[in-house]
Amino acid sequence: MTDTNISVANVSFVRGKMDPALPPPISESGIVGWMKKNLFSSTSNTIFTLIAIWLLYIIVPGFLQWSLFDAVWSGGDRLACATTQQGGELPVGWNAACWPYIGAYMKQFIYGRYPDHELWRVNIVFALFFIGLAPLLMPSIGFKKLNLILMLGVFPLVAFILLTGGSLNYSGFLLPNFIMAPSLLKFWIDFIILTAIVIGIVYGLMRATDSDPAPAVRQTLFAMGVLALVMLIASTDFGLEEVETDRWGGLMLTMVIAITGIVASLPLGILLALGRQSEMPFVRLFSVIFIEGWRGVPLITVLFMSSVLLPLFLPDGVTFDKLLRALIGVALFSAAYMAEVVRGGLQAIPKGQYEGAMALGLSFWQSMRMIILPQALKIVIPGIVNTFIGLFKDTTLVSIIGLLDVLGMINSSLSDPKWATPVQALSGYLFGAALFFVFCFMMSRYSIFMERKLDTGHKS
Amino acid sequence: MAIQETASAADEPKVALFNDPKIRSWIFQFVLIAVIGWVIYSMVINASTNLEKQGIAGGYGFLANEAGFSINFSPFIDYSETSSYSTVFWVGLQNTLVLAVVGIFFATLLGFTLGVARLSSNWIINRMAYVYVEVLRNIPLLLQIFIWYKGVLALLPTAKNSIDLGFMGALNVKAWFGPKPILADGAGYVGIAFLVAIVMIILIANWAKKRQMATGQRFPVLWTSLGLIIFLPLIVYFIMGQPLSFEFAEVGRFGPRGGMPIPPEFTALLLALTTYTAAFIAEIVRAGILAVDRGQTEASYALGLRPGQTLRLNIIPQAMRVIIPPLTSQYLNLTKNSSLAVAIAFPDLTSVFAGTALNQTGQAVEILAITMLTYLIISILTSMFMNWYNARMSLVER
Repeated sequence: MTDTNISVANVSFVRGKMDPALPPPISESGIVGWMKKNLFSSTSNTIFTLIAIWLLYIIVPGFLQWSLFDAVWSGGDRLACATTQQGGELPVGWNAACWPYIGAYMKQFIYGRYPDHELWRVNIVFALFFIGLAPLLMPSIGFKKLNLILMLGVFPLVAFILLTGGSLNYSGFLLPNFIMAPSLLKFWIDFIILTAIVIGIVYGLMRATDSDPAPAVRQTLFAMGVLALVMLIASTDFGLEEVETDRWGGLMLTMVIAITGIVASLPLGILLALGRQSEMPFVRLFSVIFIEGWRGVPLITVLFMSSVLLPLFLPDGVTFDKLLRALIGVALFSAAYMAEVVRGGLQAIPKGQYEGAMALGLSFWQSMRMIILPQALKIVIPGIVNTFIGLFKDTTLVSIIGLLDVLGMINSSLSDPKWATPVQALSGYLFGAALFFVFCFMMSRYSIFMERKLDTGHKS
Repeated sequence: MAIQETASAADEPKVALFNDPKIRSWIFQFVLIAVIGWVIYSMVINASTNLEKQGIAGGYGFLANEAGFSINFSPFIDYSETSSYSTVFWVGLQNTLVLAVVGIFFATLLGFTLGVARLSSNWIINRMAYVYVEVLRNIPLLLQIFIWYKGVLALLPTAKNSIDLGFMGALNVKAWFGPKPILADGAGYVGIAFLVAIVMIILIANWAKKRQMATGQRFPVLWTSLGLIIFLPLIVYFIMGQPLSFEFAEVGRFGPRGGMPIPPEFTALLLALTTYTAAFIAEIVRAGILAVDRGQTEASYALGLRPGQTLRLNIIPQAMRVIIPPLTSQYLNLTKNSSLAVAIAFPDLTSVFAGTALNQTGQAVEILAITMLTYLIISILTSMFMNWYNARMSLVER
């Protein structure tokens, strides 16, 4: 054995020191290798690659030329974007984007016809919204409960007062007018009567079920108190000028409709989803008819309905403004879609969770509130974001019933003779498309991020 | 036993009536029905008083009245200004369905191509499909319709400078003058032959499947079907003396003459609906193919199937099971989205019936009820088909 050891050391043809590894062949590494592997791996692949490059050659340079290189970037009116045939300076046959028109209309595309000197109010609402939303969207930041209360409770009130000007007028709703003339005082008397009736009902219910009425009555009083406070604040005169909703428009209106729609549709959607799973036949039937009814018709017919039929269905003297009517239509419509999203979450919760909640002796609403819904809603966050993206895109439909959202604003700007050129429409729509793309793409990335984050790897 | 039972009944604690789940659920449902009933009742009462005040008589009698406006697109139904409102409804429904069927056909083609491209190992094809899907999905459809209609098609040349597309007709800013089919006597027989061919194919496919199950012998169903569907109508076509011909548009000095003018509204809607829905279909197709486990491919190869056979006999049938339900709902979405025609005044159901006819007659309740019910029926029929298909295709678990 020792012999062989010695001989190995002495044998000259066994390499003692390794050569450095050769680099991979040039055709397999670097950019050439990558191209060979990913673009030209076979004949058919090569053909596809060439077709794709040809398509890109047609589309990309033309698009860049139209939107950037040949585009007009400065000017004060249509003459900046007109060819010599159309009365301007540019050569005949010129066809490219007219960006100064977007610049001139930028304020309207964002704020609509909101008065100039009041724009700070909209800016504050935008700022508060993004400041409040950012920590809510980041899973690593705590205080979610406080954040939610601020965003769902305080922010809407502040935004409402800032955007409309607040100082609502109430004139009572309960007592007939011959007892007392409509006034603010009558409203508060009505409100006290209503509170008394509600507390009476709650007390009666608690007595009928042999439970302690005190906590329920306390909670009801608290809720009515909060309601009274909100209404009091909304009616307070903060010295803000009133801005009618028909002056709202642009991105601001788009966001108001989309966000109100999604916030209003969430509780409604949860109730409908629970109703669809209920064991009570009439509740289930009602939920199914409601959900499938809305989902079966196009949004535009719903908007027609809410703008044409809703005034017919209301009693004489009650009028809603155009925006509120559209909001009701949008909220009911998206509630049906939200219900299906929530139902998916409810069905994904293992049956053991329901049974565990029952075994603990929780009532239906307690088990929903404390066990099922927190888990179900967490699962469907991506679904909710996707519904929101759909709703955000669908808000453009309100331009058909005459509201001036971003698209409505672009359409109305097209009739302005100051900027009328053949390229004006495409420039405006391209701007709108870019705006929507940025918003929707960011939201869809967020939805994918949350999906990965929430994926615990053991789906049932 | 008897003593025990009476004893337990006596010991049972007194439960308040309201705490009995059964009674409580009935009370709750009763309240719900009462509230819904009250809401509907007050809506009806309010609507009838409001309508009376506006001097509008209810009912569906207006459907027989003369409409008095013209519609610029009606390929199958004869329509003139003297037609009734019910004809207007049928013309609108026809246009919605034509738009939906043509749109679904092209969207499926484009969508499947893009979905496969998304899975391609070819980097550039893959990326291009990805960019297409993301861009098209994230821009509102209505905006895309306007881009096509006012941005792209409005830039086409005027009638005098029409683009000559050869046998595809002529194109200008007013319309696309496509080839117009002219039917002579006996053209119906060609159509009948086509239908007969389809029925025969179904019968042959069933027979071939049964025979293969029983004896293991295979029958070339695909080639037989192709031959039948092409040659049977073709033979009848020549026997009947070529009853079908096309009239092509001619580009004259003052614009194109003849042919079948297709308004730019239709083209814009078709382009927008097709490209938009295709982006969603592409994602569905991609997800469907990815949902088939890789082990299936490996098992097929292990059984000695060739890649083409693997795809045809193993992957596609399983992927289709995942693809079909969301695909159907995309078809439904396309049909519902065709109602955006109202924005550019293409005479579809919403535009011409819930728009023009509503404004002229003021019968808002009746017209919107008919319109929404029509869409609802279309979507219920589609979901019924989907349930039937799901039941047929779902895995039979043992």
